[in-house]
Amino acid sequence: MGEEDYYLELCERPVQFEKANPVNCVFFDEANKQVFAVRSGGATGVVVKGPDDRNPISFRMDDKGEVKCIKFSLENKILAVQRTSKTVDFCNFIPDNSQLEYTQECKTKNANILGFCWTSSTEIVFITDQGIEFYQVLPEKRSLKLLKSHNLNVNWYMYCPESAVILLSTTVLENVLQPFHFRAGTMSKLPKFEIELPAAPKSTKPSLSERDIAMATMFKRFSCLSLPSSWDYRYGQLYVLFLRHHSRTSNSTGAEVVLYHLPREGACKKMHILKLNRTGKFALNVVDNLVVVHHQDTETSVIFDIKLRGEFDGSVTFHHPVLPARSIQPYQIPITGPAAVTSQSPVPCKLYSSSWIVFQPDIIISASQGYLWNLQVKLEPIVNLLPDKGRLMDFLLQRKECKMVILSVCSQMLSESDRASLPVIATVFDKLNHEYKKYLDAEQSYAMAVEAGQSRSSPLLKRPVRTQAVLDQSDVYTHVLSAFVEKKEMPHKFVIAVLMEYIRSLNQFQIAVQHYLHELVIKTLVQHNLFYMLHQFLQYHVLSDSKPLACLLLSLESFYPPAHQLSLDMLKRLSTANDEIVEVLLSKHQVLAALRFIRGIGGHDNISARKFLDAAKQTEDNMLFYTIFRFFEQRNQRLRGSPNFTPGEHCEEHVAFFKQIFGDQALMRPTTF
Amino acid sequence: MAAAAAGAGSGPWAAQEKQFPPALLSFFIYNPRFGPREGQEENKILFYHPNEVEKNEKIRNVGLCEAIVQFTRTFSPSKPAKSLHTQKNRQFFNEPEENFWMVMVVRNPIIEKQSKDGKPVIEYQEEELLDKVYSSVLRQCYSMYKLFNGTFLKAMEDGGVKLLKERLEKFFHRYLQTLHLQSCDLLDIFGGISFFPLDKMTYLKIQSFINRMEESLNIVKYTAFLYNDQLIWSGLEQDDMRILYKYLTTSLFPRHIEPELAGRDSPIRAEMPGNLQHYGRFLTGPLNLNDPDAKCRFPKIFVNTDDTYEELHLIVYKAMSAAVCFMIDGGSEKEPQFKFIYFNHMNLAEKSTVHMRKTPSVSLTSVHPDLMKILGDINSDFTRVDEDEEIIVKAMSDYWVVGKKSDRRELYVILNQKNANLIEVNEEVKKLCATQFNNIFFLD
Repeated sequence: MGEEDYYLELCERPVQFEKANPVNCVFFDEANKQVFAVRSGGATGVVVKGPDDRNPISFRMDDKGEVKCIKFSLENKILAVQRTSKTVDFCNFIPDNSQLEYTQECKTKNANILGFCWTSSTEIVFITDQGIEFYQVLPEKRSLKLLKSHNLNVNWYMYCPESAVILLSTTVLENVLQPFHFRAGTMSKLPKFEIELPAAPKSTKPSLSERDIAMATMFKRFSCLSLPSSWDYRYGQLYVLFLRHHSRTSNSTGAEVVLYHLPREGACKKMHILKLNRTGKFALNVVDNLVVVHHQDTETSVIFDIKLRGEFDGSVTFHHPVLPARSIQPYQIPITGPAAVTSQSPVPCKLYSSSWIVFQPDIIISASQGYLWNLQVKLEPIVNLLPDKGRLMDFLLQRKECKMVILSVCSQMLSESDRASLPVIATVFDKLNHEYKKYLDAEQSYAMAVEAGQSRSSPLLKRPVRTQAVLDQSDVYTHVLSAFVEKKEMPHKFVIAVLMEYIRSLNQFQIAVQHYLHELVIKTLVQHNLFYMLHQFLQYHVLSDSKPLACLLLSLESFYPPAHQLSLDMLKRLSTANDEIVEVLLSKHQVLAALRFIRGIGGHDNISARKFLDAAKQTEDNMLFYTIFRFFEQRNQRLRGSPNFTPGEHCEEHVAFFKQIFGDQALMRPTTF
Repeated sequence: MAAAAAGAGSGPWAAQEKQFPPALLSFFIYNPRFGPREGQEENKILFYHPNEVEKNEKIRNVGLCEAIVQFTRTFSPSKPAKSLHTQKNRQFFNEPEENFWMVMVVRNPIIEKQSKDGKPVIEYQEEELLDKVYSSVLRQCYSMYKLFNGTFLKAMEDGGVKLLKERLEKFFHRYLQTLHLQSCDLLDIFGGISFFPLDKMTYLKIQSFINRMEESLNIVKYTAFLYNDQLIWSGLEQDDMRILYKYLTTSLFPRHIEPELAGRDSPIRAEMPGNLQHYGRFLTGPLNLNDPDAKCRFPKIFVNTDDTYEELHLIVYKAMSAAVCFMIDGGSEKEPQFKFIYFNHMNLAEKSTVHMRKTPSVSLTSVHPDLMKILGDINSDFTRVDEDEEIIVKAMSDYWVVGKKSDRRELYVILNQKNANLIEVNEEVKKLCATQFNNIFFLD
């Protein structure tokens, strides 16, 4: 397997922490993505490392018993430590606040605390076996205030910090899940739902294991113009992933992942089923909106993209892996510190180790080795693994870092060796432009909303974010088309067909085509002497009117005489190019035509007499010169009451010339009286 | 023409006055170089309509035209006379290729009046005809000929005067009947193309369709797209499209619409199963797509005759009002550079690319009879000796004939290669053996 075949990799710079051992306990906080290394109950030190901050937080705390759970509130303001099943201890990390610990006991009698979750920098939820309790922490008072609580039997719980939803497992079979949503001091109960358990042998009691459930948010949107209150839009869509080891349907033996969509309002709905076609031990991650399923037995992983078309049976969509199963790219443990100096060869890391613990969305922790990695998707290898270009585009356009990969796919499909057929090229262009158009529309409605003054009244109005999936005309031109048309070995028929296909696609999405694309078409046609083709394109306005285009056409006149007519027609249609029309006519010595044109549009009082007289003189047609000269004398008379030219018009030379040819008496006399 | 229309009406005068529109009197093509000496004048004439005219009169008429052109050339060397006005008719001259002259004689319109004594009096309308209109018609005659036959010169190169005469006869015999001289007007001067007005998006989709079709069928070299007899796209150059457009709109399309209007030959064809509502069909090309043996008739056309000189097959498909002209590279079906006959005495296997069709009644060969005779001669040479041998004959014009006898097998090859020498011909035959008979052991 070549290096270019692995499409999953561990991040290059993992978070490194002290390995778990009898005196060092390691905890992971999913909300802040921090690893806590607690030595001797904290007495000999606690080291907290997050993925972003390279400076770990270290502190000491008294050893008051075994630490069951330890987490910072958001922004590392308050530390909460659970040491008993009844109480949680707090310690402020806010400057100027007392650092003395304070304690909160759970309100429900006889309840045991299963754990706790921070939902903001000062709000915390206790989950007990008898319900949940939602508190506000008052650090300055070193006390907590109960905001809300709810009683129900809880088997286990799960927290999704991205969407601030806690999922509680209830009932004997543990398969009825009760979600709660927390936001700014409020706790709301969402409709509960039941996970269908697979049929199990009668001897064993079926139940839903915490290990088989994961929560993840996907497809965060970037434009917030419509449905401002919708959670879906602000956090992405929340999915509950259930790993079903045995399919309910007897004809399929492999395990599957069932995706339940949990909307902000309304009931949870089973939406997607990911077919794994294998059995054994699995772990789930969500990376770049892809569901990654790791299989320990084969030490490989597969990815699923629920945005890609699957088989829809009327209620659920079935998906198969996007790509063949592959291992995560082999990883060498980086040697840091003094060891690096001693030129030791890097140690290969055991992948899919049984000591790995996987957290959502993309975290893999090896407690025994002391590493925390983020799982990453590599797009380049996928290009060659997914031969269907349309599907490849659908896949790539949903990925975060897709731009350069997409551009390289485009270049590749236009290359001599890997040339795609026109229908495929058309499909790819249509997919790109569909995304591009969505962005342009969002941008436009944002601009309109700003103009209408909505920006002050609606704080949710945000400028649409331009993702990497937006590839505009200049991207395609710069990275793909301009190099493509330069390739000498390409048949020109294909080059023109591709350019026209791109222009067709832009037009289909009602995107205004940029001038440089038209120029590229013209350049290619001219290079191959296909003037009649060019003429036909212009005739049907496929190449939109513009001044630069008209000028380009003018320059082609010597190769293709009709270009002059085409250019003048275009200038006329533009209706803002009257000066250019006059210049064109003068350059062709059509002085009278130029004068008639400018008079026709009522601009003859402002034109430069000198310019016209120069042009008339150049024709060496004395009668024409006479006519033009007379016209300006009459204009002078009309505007200033005298036929004479003013010094500012710089026409002395022409007056002299006129006198020389026609004599002094031919000059117009002032008709003042 | 206005007068003609008025004459058709009824009225007190109508009984006394009859009108006759302009009509084609004669049409001929000659080359003065072909019979420069006295007594050989007949050789100059390449085509003469009407053919029934007595030989001497033909010669006289051609001679007269030649004289007029020659005479006027002394006054204007570059622009000799284009037409000659007489009381009864007008003659139009055109020299489309060097020394090839086309002459069209059109009778002036006539008004026949009843004189007082009841005798008809014929009055020629000398000033009615417009020179430019009929000169254009004459030029169009040439363009149309060239579209379907190539240039005169090409015919001369291919098969000498004989072939040229055959082609002219075959083409103009029919074409002249379709001239409709009485209804020619300004539009014949322009020979313009009517374009179908279309929005940009639909136009781009048609572009896309054509590009995709040409990509997947690479034998299609050019495409033209028409709607309602109006042009939308032409891959051909303007001048070629102009005459093709004329052919399509004045000949091919009307010819197929008339039977449809008459109710015969319904475009909904039963032989397209499951596709009863499909109105599309080939106007030229296969009659039935499902039958590979079905007759496939389509005209050959010649375009870009000034430079690349391309020979194409014209296939026209029409669906409702839209028509697509596929111009297929003639090269793919072009006569190969060689033809051969192969025979094996041991198993009587024979193969021939010389014979196009062989039925009990006709044996149609695609080569000149002289060449066939040479093949026969070589065969008699082979029967005379037992040894294997090879005979190479240089035949007339550009042909080489090669006979090869090897272990009771006989192979005859006719090569059409300009300026080839013996060694090259030998190489070609070797190549042919390698491609066509590579699993047969041929002795060198």
